[in-house]
Parts: sequence; C-alpha cells; structure tokens
Amino acid sequence: MYKYIIRRILIFVPMLFALSVVVFALAKAAPGDPFTTMLDPNVDPEVYEERREAEGLNDPLPVQYYHWIWSTVQGDFGESLIYNGRPVLDLISARFLNTIYLGLVALFFTIIVAIPIGIYSARNPYSWLDYFATGFGFFGLAIPNFFFGLLAIYFFSIKMGWFPSQGTISGTDVAGMQEFFDRLHHMILPGITLGLAGTATYMRYMRSEVLDVLGSDYIRTAKAKGMTNRNVLYKHTLRNALIPIITLMGFEFGVLISGAVITERVFNYPGLGTLFLQGVINRDYPIVMALALIFGVFILVGNLLADIFYSVVDPRIRYD
Amino acid sequence: MTNETVLDVKDLKTYFFLDDDKVARAVDDVDLTVKAGETVALVGESGSGKSITSLSIMQLINKPGKIVDGEVSLLGRNLLTLSDKEMTKIRGNDVAMIFQEPMTALNPVYTIGNQITEVLRKHKKMSKKQARQRAIDLLKLVGFPRADQTIDEYPHQLSGGMRQRAMIAIAISCDPKLLIADEPTTALDVTIQAQILDLMNEMKAKLNMGLLLITHDLGVVAEYADRVLVMYGGQIVEESPKKVLFKDPKHPYTEGLLESLPSIYKEEDRLGTIRGTVPPAHSFPEGCRFSSRCPHAMDQCFKSNPEIIHLDHDHAVRCYLYSKDD
Repeated sequence: MYKYIIRRILIFVPMLFALSVVVFALAKAAPGDPFTTMLDPNVDPEVYEERREAEGLNDPLPVQYYHWIWSTVQGDFGESLIYNGRPVLDLISARFLNTIYLGLVALFFTIIVAIPIGIYSARNPYSWLDYFATGFGFFGLAIPNFFFGLLAIYFFSIKMGWFPSQGTISGTDVAGMQEFFDRLHHMILPGITLGLAGTATYMRYMRSEVLDVLGSDYIRTAKAKGMTNRNVLYKHTLRNALIPIITLMGFEFGVLISGAVITERVFNYPGLGTLFLQGVINRDYPIVMALALIFGVFILVGNLLADIFYSVVDPRIRYD
Repeated sequence: MTNETVLDVKDLKTYFFLDDDKVARAVDDVDLTVKAGETVALVGESGSGKSITSLSIMQLINKPGKIVDGEVSLLGRNLLTLSDKEMTKIRGNDVAMIFQEPMTALNPVYTIGNQITEVLRKHKKMSKKQARQRAIDLLKLVGFPRADQTIDEYPHQLSGGMRQRAMIAIAISCDPKLLIADEPTTALDVTIQAQILDLMNEMKAKLNMGLLLITHDLGVVAEYADRVLVMYGGQIVEESPKKVLFKDPKHPYTEGLLESLPSIYKEEDRLGTIRGTVPPAHSFPEGCRFSSRCPHAMDQCFKSNPEIIHLDHDHAVRCYLYSKDD
C-alpha cells in the first residue's frame, strides 16, 4: 500500500513537468503581454522594448521556461505584474484556505444531500419524491452556476436576508467561535452554488448504484439469511454502492477547488478563483501560471485520494 | 429418525402483476411436501416457475410479484401469515437457501467469516468469539482444509466450488429444518458439481434436514432425489418417487424430458425433443398449459386445464390421458 502511494507520488513528477510545459506554452501563446494593459499606448516603443528586455520577455522560450520552472520549484512563483509587484506566493496563500474551505463546504453539501436522496430514490423508485429528485437533478445540471448564484443572492440574501451576499467575514471585530460561525455563514450560499451540479450528478449516481446493488445476488442471499431490512441496507448495500461514489468524490474535490472561479466571482469571495480571473483579465502571467499549476496539482492529488479510498472500501482492490 | 413433514405447501399461487395489466401466473396451484431427511427434486425447464416457487416459500418475492393465495407451512406454522419481522427470524434459521451463482451470491466486500458469523449472531445470539469458533468448525465441516485462514478471506479469493461450499456453511450454520437449493451446481464444472451435491447430501443426512433440490438436470435428479416433482407452466404436472418416474413416466411432458436424454441402453441417432418453447407466464394456453406443445393433445385439452389425478398413493399426474371417466 505504502509502496503504491509512493509510486503514485513519483509519477507526479513527470506529470507535473508535462503540465508545466503546457501551462507555460499556453501563457506564451496568448496574445499580448502585461505591458499591453499597463502602459500608455503613447509610450515610446523604445521604452517598451527596454521593459520587455528587463523582464526577460525577449529571451528564447526554453530559457524563459527554465527561469520560471527553476524558481517555481524553489517556491518562488515570481511577482505579480500588477499587484504592485507583490510576490505571487503571498497573494495565493492569503486566499488559499478560503478556496479549500469553500470546496469542503460544497463537498459536504453534495454528500449530505445526494447520498440520502439517492438512497431514498432507489428504495422507492418512481415514487413522488423520486420524480421530484429527478427533476431537481436535471435542474441542477442544466442551470449555469452563475445564474443559480445570482438567484440565491436575490432570494436568500436580498429578499429573505438569511445569508450575506458576499465576502468571507462580516467585520474585523469578530473572533473565536463567533468568527468560525460567521465565516461558515458566509460560505453557505457559495458552497451550495458550487456544489449544486455535483449534487445533482451524485444523486443520480447513487440512485442507480443502490438500485443495482439491491438487485444483486448477494442482497438476495443476505435476505435469505434472515437479515433485517436495516441490516441489508446499511451493511450489505451501502458499502457496495458507495465504492464508485467514493472514488469519484476524491476526483470531485480537485474539480471543486479548481472550478470555483465563477462561483467565487459571483459571490465576490476572495479565493483562488477570483485571483485567477483577475490574473487572466490583466494578463498577469505569474499568477495565472502559478494557479494553473496549483489547480493541476489538486486534480492529481484528488485522483490519488480516489485511488486510496478505493482500496480501503473495496477488498478486491489491493495495491501491493 | 422420524419422518415428520417439515414443509407443506398447499395451493400456492404467486402472480406477477405486469405494467400492461397482464397477470403472469408464474406459480399456480402448487402443492408440495418435504419430509425430514428427504430430498425432493423440483424439475422443469427455464421459466417453469421453479425458482419462483422456492422464493415464495422464503417469501422473497419482489414487486410486482405477489403471493395471492395458498399456504406455506413450515413445521406446522403458516409462513404466509407472519409479519416481515417474524419472517426474518425464520429465514436463515429454520429454512435456508443456496443459490445458483456462487460467484455473485456472496457479498464481495466482507470476509467469509463476517458473512457466516452475522447469521449465528443474529439467530443464535452468539458472542463474537463463539460465532467465530463455530464458523471455523462449519468451514471445516464443509471441507475447507485451512478453515482458520479462509475465515478471514474475501469471496474473490476463493474458487466457484469453494464459494458454494461457503454458501453451504452459511446455510447450515443454524441447523435449518429445510434447505432449499436452487440449481446449486448449474454454474459449476462437472467434477465440482458432484462434490457439492455429495456434500449437501451428507449434510442433509447429518442434520436430518428436508432438502428441496431445484434443478433442470435429470442426471442430478437420478442420483440424489427421493421424490420428484415435475413442473411446467407454473404447475406441478407430475409427482412420483424417483424410480417410478424414470421407469414409468406418465405425463407427456415428463416423457418428452426423458426422451431428450441420451441412454446407454439404446442406439439412437437423434435425441427426442419437445417442440416449441415454454409460453410466457402471462399467455398460457386456454386449457392445459402444455397443450400447445403436447403430441397427444385432444380436444378437451384445449378447453380446460386438467386437475391432478392420483394414479397411486405416491404417483400423481395432471393430464386428461389418465382421466378415470374414459
């Protein structure tokens, strides 16, 4: 098992290398450079060239890549070209946890909603609530994130006033447990918005998995052994039905972290997504490249987690 | 050894109510008895209602199926009047079942030991330790040489034959009075088949269980059964002791089944067949259910379904050819 994990982590190295090349190439292929938006178009082209030379933007691409990757592995992501030259690492670490928390809230919401409803739907297929859940599923998948976010803000913050519409905290004077709950309060709407599509998907997965398992031979065996309905459901059905779900959850976490761009923007939530979007708009390459790399790492880590979970719940899969 | 009747099924009717208002009469008026220490074979081709009969006895019929009438007495208790909860105390305890597919009949995510001990802990209220010890003994009994290791193994680590042995260990764990085996060897290769059937036979004798053996393999019937019930179209069409059935079959369907077997006594170029296939359970012929395929069908056969006719104290047949008023 440990050997397997170590091997998987070692495979990260070439994958990260490939990822970094792609990220770098894409950043370079994009038209324009930071100065396109920063400098007055009337500035003397000679000054412009001087600045490009000074920033190393005229070096051959492999050299530029080498400079970038070498400092990156040392933990230096360079300096932002627009945030007054603040180190990218500082900008990211100030927002990093916000995004992680938001991802966890979204995942938590997905789990507590999708799994029980999926189970209910499977046990009572074609019931009134099953149809409702199916309808909700299509709604959740069909509605764009930003639109649902706007609806949620309109109804739940503006009309009802139940939740704050933006930010992560009400003010600077909250502390301790109060701060924790205040932050949580701020995360609920964006969390639900972010988790909505996943919830709809996993609800459908769960329904079909449980239906599948309930019809299997070993469930009939369990019933023939005199096991009660409770036992048949919680012991014999759930663990089998959750195998593919848990596997997808690890992957989903990576997707949530890197996919929060729009949700964060709608709720004006200071996370990595907002930073990424601003970076893209301002052609702030150091930020965009660093975040693209980080998102990639999250997807890889999510996949690793999925594989590890898989072997924990399914004894047929043992990595040795 | 007393020969008390452990299972007595009377007029069992299990119908499936299909979406388009059709009713599939999968089991219709089935009577059967099994005595302690006796092996009763229920024979018939696919779709004849054998498995539904056995699942009806266990009361494991799923929607849209329903037991609409009849009586299933196990040790004198009518199971059809019991609640779901009371049934869970009977299943696995007084009556146990073995299924066709050993590869999928065990839960893949729990150890063999876990799946045996949960039965013992539920029905016999054993402690964890007692149940484990008993599980090891059971595994030894059904022929696992390394029982103390096997108990911690998962189903995927065992072969098909070994899994079926584990299923037998689960089935006999609570000393049931009746064991229902639904095609227990169909999925196994021939040499393993004999081992499993011998094992079941041995356990039957040791525990003085009644054994209801569901099969379509007449070779298995010839070897292991005491009494045979031939099923067709959801009904018993012939019932007789094994020896009588093979020597002197009465029902045209039974004759057809036996003719389809090769014999070492006769030189044959072609084996006999029964023309056609079993009609689906929602559209049986008007009269006798076999009439559409029967070589001896008469006018009467297309009008009404014959009743069971007792030819002897232990030989009965459902066919107009043997009507007494002829």
